[in-house]
Amino acid sequence: MLLNRFSRRQFLRLGVSSCGLSFALPSLDLRAAEQRGTERAKTLLTIWLGGGPSQLETWDPHPGTRIGGEVSAIKTTLVGVEIADLYPQMAEQLHHFSLIRSLVSKEGDHERASYMLHTGYRPEPTLVHPSIGSIAIHERPNELVEIPQFVSLGDANFPPRGGFLGERFDAYRIFNPGNNGQNIQALVGSERQTRRLENLSLVSQTFARGRTHKVDQTLHQHTIDAALRMMTSTQLKAFSVEDEPESLRAAYGENSFGKGCLVARRLIEVGICSIEVVLPGFDTHAKNHEGQSARAKTLDPALAALTKDLADRDLLQSTIVLVTGEFGRTPQINPLGGRDHWPSGFSCLLGGGGLPSGMVIGETDPEGNAKLPTDPIEIADLSATILDRMGIDYAKEVMTPIGRPMKFCAGKPIERFRVPKES
Amino acid sequence: MNTRHRSGITLFPLLVVLGVGLLVASAALSPFSRQKPPPPISNLPEHPQIVSRVDELLANRWHAAGLPPALRAEDFTLLRRLSLVLHGTAPSLAEIREFEADHRTDRVDRWTERLLADRRFADYFARRFARFLIGTDEGQFVVFRRDRFWDWLGNQFHQNRPYDQVVRDMISQRGLWTDNPEVNFVAAVVADGVIDHNKLAGRTTRAFLGQRIDCAQCHHHPFADWKQEQFEGLAACYGQLKITGVGVEDNKTDPYTLLDRLTLQDRTIEPSVPFHPEWFPSAGKNRERLAAWVTHPDNRRFDRALVNRVWGLLFGRPWIQPVDDLPNPHGTGPDAEDLLDLLGADFRAHGCDLKRLISTIIATRLFRSTSQHPGLEATDDLDSFEQAWVAFPLTRLRPEQVIGAMVQASSIKTVDRHSHWTTRAIRFFRELDFVKEYGDLGDDELTERTGTIPQALLRMNSSFAAEWTKSTIFSAAGRIAGMAPDDEACLDLCFLVCLTRHPTAEERSVLLRQLERTHGDERSQVVEDLFWTLFNSPEFCWGH
Repeated sequence: MLLNRFSRRQFLRLGVSSCGLSFALPSLDLRAAEQRGTERAKTLLTIWLGGGPSQLETWDPHPGTRIGGEVSAIKTTLVGVEIADLYPQMAEQLHHFSLIRSLVSKEGDHERASYMLHTGYRPEPTLVHPSIGSIAIHERPNELVEIPQFVSLGDANFPPRGGFLGERFDAYRIFNPGNNGQNIQALVGSERQTRRLENLSLVSQTFARGRTHKVDQTLHQHTIDAALRMMTSTQLKAFSVEDEPESLRAAYGENSFGKGCLVARRLIEVGICSIEVVLPGFDTHAKNHEGQSARAKTLDPALAALTKDLADRDLLQSTIVLVTGEFGRTPQINPLGGRDHWPSGFSCLLGGGGLPSGMVIGETDPEGNAKLPTDPIEIADLSATILDRMGIDYAKEVMTPIGRPMKFCAGKPIERFRVPKES
Repeated sequence: MNTRHRSGITLFPLLVVLGVGLLVASAALSPFSRQKPPPPISNLPEHPQIVSRVDELLANRWHAAGLPPALRAEDFTLLRRLSLVLHGTAPSLAEIREFEADHRTDRVDRWTERLLADRRFADYFARRFARFLIGTDEGQFVVFRRDRFWDWLGNQFHQNRPYDQVVRDMISQRGLWTDNPEVNFVAAVVADGVIDHNKLAGRTTRAFLGQRIDCAQCHHHPFADWKQEQFEGLAACYGQLKITGVGVEDNKTDPYTLLDRLTLQDRTIEPSVPFHPEWFPSAGKNRERLAAWVTHPDNRRFDRALVNRVWGLLFGRPWIQPVDDLPNPHGTGPDAEDLLDLLGADFRAHGCDLKRLISTIIATRLFRSTSQHPGLEATDDLDSFEQAWVAFPLTRLRPEQVIGAMVQASSIKTVDRHSHWTTRAIRFFRELDFVKEYGDLGDDELTERTGTIPQALLRMNSSFAAEWTKSTIFSAAGRIAGMAPDDEACLDLCFLVCLTRHPTAEERSVLLRQLERTHGDERSQVVEDLFWTLFNSPEFCWGH
């Protein structure tokens, strides 16, 4: 087998040394969290619309056509650009984003398509590719952050994973955002905790005998140490929303997704590198209009409040915001009034992070006849655009555990999103 | 799943109160003392020949790698290993005492047979198999009953029904998901009333043939010879499937059609199979034809897939990874130098007997070897070391095993079907919560993994950790603290209950000092702390 040819251990060691969980002393640059604008390191914030949002009921409406469904279009802060009337608040914030209406992929299954959007690669039987968020923390570990550097907020079906980079680069999951992190309070006082930990190193030594290298490789002790560091960190406060003003909390929405978006903003302030907030429920195979409208009632206020909040705090310049699901939905409405999976021409919003805003890329056929949109954008190119903007060498080749070299991303940055080098 | 979860949590306090009665009653029995040996099992199966052939094949591999095999593991290590892989839990103190009292040389064999005969084996294996048979997605509750499927599959395993028959039923049975739970195999792919034929075809080949042809759904397989047409033909075998008010049915008239993405026209697809069409009966219902083809006696892929899967469940690591993407079998007949063929042919020759396969693997020298090896101290090249299979692999336990072992260790008595229903209910609902937080591995649970920070936090600080280390008059920690005759016995019991071994001399010298002259709450705290330490040790969390 291929596995023969490569030392997994060497691979893991490579991962550990560059992983952001080390005990290196914080660098002297304690002002990093205070930095703004182009000085500040880039964060990737993904708003994940699970199940596949309908492009026709979000950012690419075709009202009054055979495929248009029941929405109408409303004007936005981008001149000449209209979106579905389900998003009146986002219409006011659209100038912060560019709009891609022509994403194309070949994956029409939830799991496979989620993988595609997260990693920029199609699923393969022999290898799990890392998500872009995982690549970001792998390449840009932030020693000042004591809590996990990649956080997924909400109950994702297919959360982003570290893949061949290792499980340490999986997103840290907060299932119920706003209620602090899970399991971060020690059960006993410090005296007993010390006794517990001292005893632990004693029995761990016994176990390591005769299998030292393999036990090291499990990272068992490493994860305990990282957990202990996290438990005492003041940065944990970012996970709770209690000290946010009532009015702001109301603007985001007093629901799991709204709180997730608010926590996301707090995590960005701390310096977290990759964040995903999940809103599930877009898989409307039946009663599409009702389903999409119901989701819009949660998404519209939260996303608009988040965009505005980031802009007000001068954090949008350093935060790349991607709003997408795993695919779009069919132009044709099925007999149940639903729309099915559609990866050949769907929409996403991309903004912040100093990316050019106000662009609209691609067009889908208002009659639903054309097989593909104009100006189709491949998912891998979207991934490359984001990594490139984060200052990461998207084409960097790394060795995988099966001994096959692999680029972080096989796509190329979309030229129109490239900005002149910042000084 | 979530709503059922929550009802579990609201039930929880009530269940605890009800459980108290049982636990008080059980407290009267002291399992601390050594017990009588179990009655002899009369008919231990005879399979020395296949076992020694597997041993030989592995010995050749060790020789080729230039590595000496690991030593035999201690019997207590084997006891723990067997309980974890066959029951998904650690042995109870009562079981440890019983095993200890049996001085016969073949006690490990006897114990294996006993664990296989225990209903806990059937239930645990049913859960493991259900992961790849029906997936872990929530499914559509009205037409899909996971619990019924678990129960049905557990019955099949408990009775040791020939595995090929079990598979044929899953693929071809009709009826209600409640009355004929095997139909949940097909019902699992229904979403919003729509049958996902592609998913079903993909799952059939992955689960039963160990081949991933799902990607041929949209394009030709990048490496193997799978063509899109082959995939469509296979999906068409499920084309007549219908979900109605009376359950899963076959509709005889409508042809299976597919929307062609290029022409946007419907195409009619005839049922077909990707290889060996001569095994595909020409008459009968399409699903029955497919079932006959999948389980055909000459279809080595079927046997090889099952062997690789079972190997993976027993060693924590399948013989070939990934577990469901095996290379095509060589030649026309079983290759005696190929482990999967060797065990597969024996499995088939003995009527697809799952328990025989399991006890065969367990009887091999490799299964009974320790996970320690000089190579794990000296070499940096762990991969080639592991490819040689010279020692029992150290692998991360599945969350169900971790929580199973915690629940068992927190109770002196064996937690099994004979436990009060409240105890079992607590275990069931708490397990669902724990698995989710520990990181549900979905149906991809045989991939090698490292530990993670959320897992460390969960073991260290969660309500689960608090609950199962707590010293009460009913918990193991409390009873050991209160009832062990002296410090030595107290420490020994903590180690037996949590790690299925006695403490080493070094551990004793350090830890006994902590117990010295303690009593009451102070002693309880020392024992609680010990439980916490042992639960968080790598030895507890990793299969070894």
